[in-house]
Amino acid sequence: MSILVDKNTRLVVQGMTGSVGQFHTEQMLAYGTKVVAGCTPGKGGQSLMDVPIYDTMRDVVKQTGANASCIFVPPPFAADAILEAVDAEVPLVVCITEGIPVMDMIKARRVLDSQDKTRLVGPNCPGVITPDQCKIGIMPGHVHKAGRVGVVSKSGTLTYEAVGQLTALGIGQSTAVGIGGDPINGTDFIDVLKQFNDDPNTDGVILIGEIGGNAEEQAAAWIKEHFKKPVAGFIAGRTAPPGKRMGHAGAIISGGKGTADAKIEALEDAGVKVAPTPSDMGTTLQSLL
Amino acid sequence: MNIHEYQAKELYRKYGIPVPKGIACMSPAEATVAAKKLIDETGNEVVVVKAQIHAGGRGKAGGVKVVKGVNAATAAANEIFGKTLITHQTGPEGKVVQRLLVEQGLAIKSELYLALVVDRESRRIAIMASTEGGMDIEEVAASTPEKIHTIAIDPAVGLQGYQVRQLAFGLGLSKQEQKNFSKLLGGLAKLFEKEDCSIAEINPLILTEDEQVIALDAKVNFDSNAEFRHRAFWDSVRDLSEEAPTETEAKEAGLSFIQLDGNIGCLVNGAGLAMSTMDTIKYYGGEPANFLDVGGGASQEAVTQAFRIILESDAVQGIFVNIFGGIMRCDTIANGVVAATKELGLTVPLVVRLEGTKVEEGRMILDSSGLAITSAATMAEGAKKIVELAKG
Repeated sequence: MSILVDKNTRLVVQGMTGSVGQFHTEQMLAYGTKVVAGCTPGKGGQSLMDVPIYDTMRDVVKQTGANASCIFVPPPFAADAILEAVDAEVPLVVCITEGIPVMDMIKARRVLDSQDKTRLVGPNCPGVITPDQCKIGIMPGHVHKAGRVGVVSKSGTLTYEAVGQLTALGIGQSTAVGIGGDPINGTDFIDVLKQFNDDPNTDGVILIGEIGGNAEEQAAAWIKEHFKKPVAGFIAGRTAPPGKRMGHAGAIISGGKGTADAKIEALEDAGVKVAPTPSDMGTTLQSLL
Repeated sequence: MNIHEYQAKELYRKYGIPVPKGIACMSPAEATVAAKKLIDETGNEVVVVKAQIHAGGRGKAGGVKVVKGVNAATAAANEIFGKTLITHQTGPEGKVVQRLLVEQGLAIKSELYLALVVDRESRRIAIMASTEGGMDIEEVAASTPEKIHTIAIDPAVGLQGYQVRQLAFGLGLSKQEQKNFSKLLGGLAKLFEKEDCSIAEINPLILTEDEQVIALDAKVNFDSNAEFRHRAFWDSVRDLSEEAPTETEAKEAGLSFIQLDGNIGCLVNGAGLAMSTMDTIKYYGGEPANFLDVGGGASQEAVTQAFRIILESDAVQGIFVNIFGGIMRCDTIANGVVAATKELGLTVPLVVRLEGTKVEEGRMILDSSGLAITSAATMAEGAKKIVELAKG
């Protein structure tokens, strides 16, 4: 078992015909993901890599029974793509697009909060992978290994780093979820932790946060209260100067809030073992199993 | 993206938000003319000369002068213009004043605080108002949080009348003030949304004896992600002299770069990994010279450009390249590293750690280049090595 995606996931790629969408669709197909459709307005009826393309998401769902979507649509149109997937009641929407205006996400999130059919992961994230079953997103598939440790992270490359370390130690992963580093996103740490908590095939979790906001503190409070499995953690940005946006739109220390030290303290207080350096994420988790 | 106070006030005017009469000046001579014009128009001898820099705390640093008469305004302008202001937001190097705003003086009855921000917790635009205007709002929030009134705008219906009333009563406004405040806040909420702001702050928002509500100061930050919607306008208000030249250069090359104080240059893919690379260098006793995220799809040219930008700082005594290729291919990075090393004649130690997509090809390119590149298997090993090597 796993969370969010597995071998029964039927994926539609929104924005499949663009260069980025095409490249990663090819990678996902090569990994074994069942890509059943693409959605590009105006290209309906065509096909690419033997995957049929449709004009609208309603058509996609009706014709193919897709139950997950991956979005590569450029930032000006990405929120619209999210909302179209919500309208078509696709259960899982993974938005890879980086650089969506926060005003667009405020509106999209308002719509997401008013329904219960669709879960959004991202935007600005690497995606979700259940090794050997289904890869949705842009992560390098080959560093993963099927197993029983869950990974949840705000950062893409740090997720690869954690997964790579686990695999090198011979520890496989149940599912790895990148939730993205934008200030307003769809799925937060707690949403993913709840699912890992309930997943009988996840034995422990690596949680990777970064400076900015207070999602890590909230996750820590929830872990303390509810989480039954061991958690190893890491927080990026201990040395980041205040007031500077460190790449991710959400990664900024402002008004003395969102510092790495406060987050580490909250996690440790919740019983999470925090790795001293990012190179120790794998061994820290290993020590808890 | 930041803009100057005078630019923010022009934008406020467009949205019907009352601001003092004022004239932006590019020299002290212009300030003299501006002061005379304002005094003639208003019949009030009092004018305010304000330094225009992209940082708060100007008043305490001597960048704001309230004066009486044209001669005093000229003297104030001469004093402030060209001066280096050091505030809690400028960093120790400070900022040189190259623009001034000359404004009419106003009789202030009381000072309030008003700000709109993107609130992550409510996932909405939040409005914060306080009677403690002119103060450092972070201090107010820490010591007397009950003095800050907050509401969040539901994006489905927009700012509602009852929410404005909640704030107005919280601020203890008179009936006429409430009316004026409501109009101002409506304009500010509209501005925030239409112009894609991340912050719109008025500190202080003043009440006058005749019950007017006026934005005495104005701060606006834009959400850089929304640039595609506002390109022409943002280009017209962007002040490149306020941005670090290397950061601007990096942005043009599609790189995310921030200059820091240390001596070890970093070239990394991904923001989280870039931050942790800095953390790891520091953990092993070194000091990072920069944050640099080459992003997911960087070309060989972008990697070369990244090296050039890192080496523009004389402080750099070593470079650490840390790549975990997902979309980013290690062979592309390796080719970029080799090309840059040859082109720029690298004289400082270079440690490279490659992992992920096309890692074998990447390592091969580095090994066969014949260049003095130290390779590392992990981030920790790479950080340790570069810290050692940079010591010389």
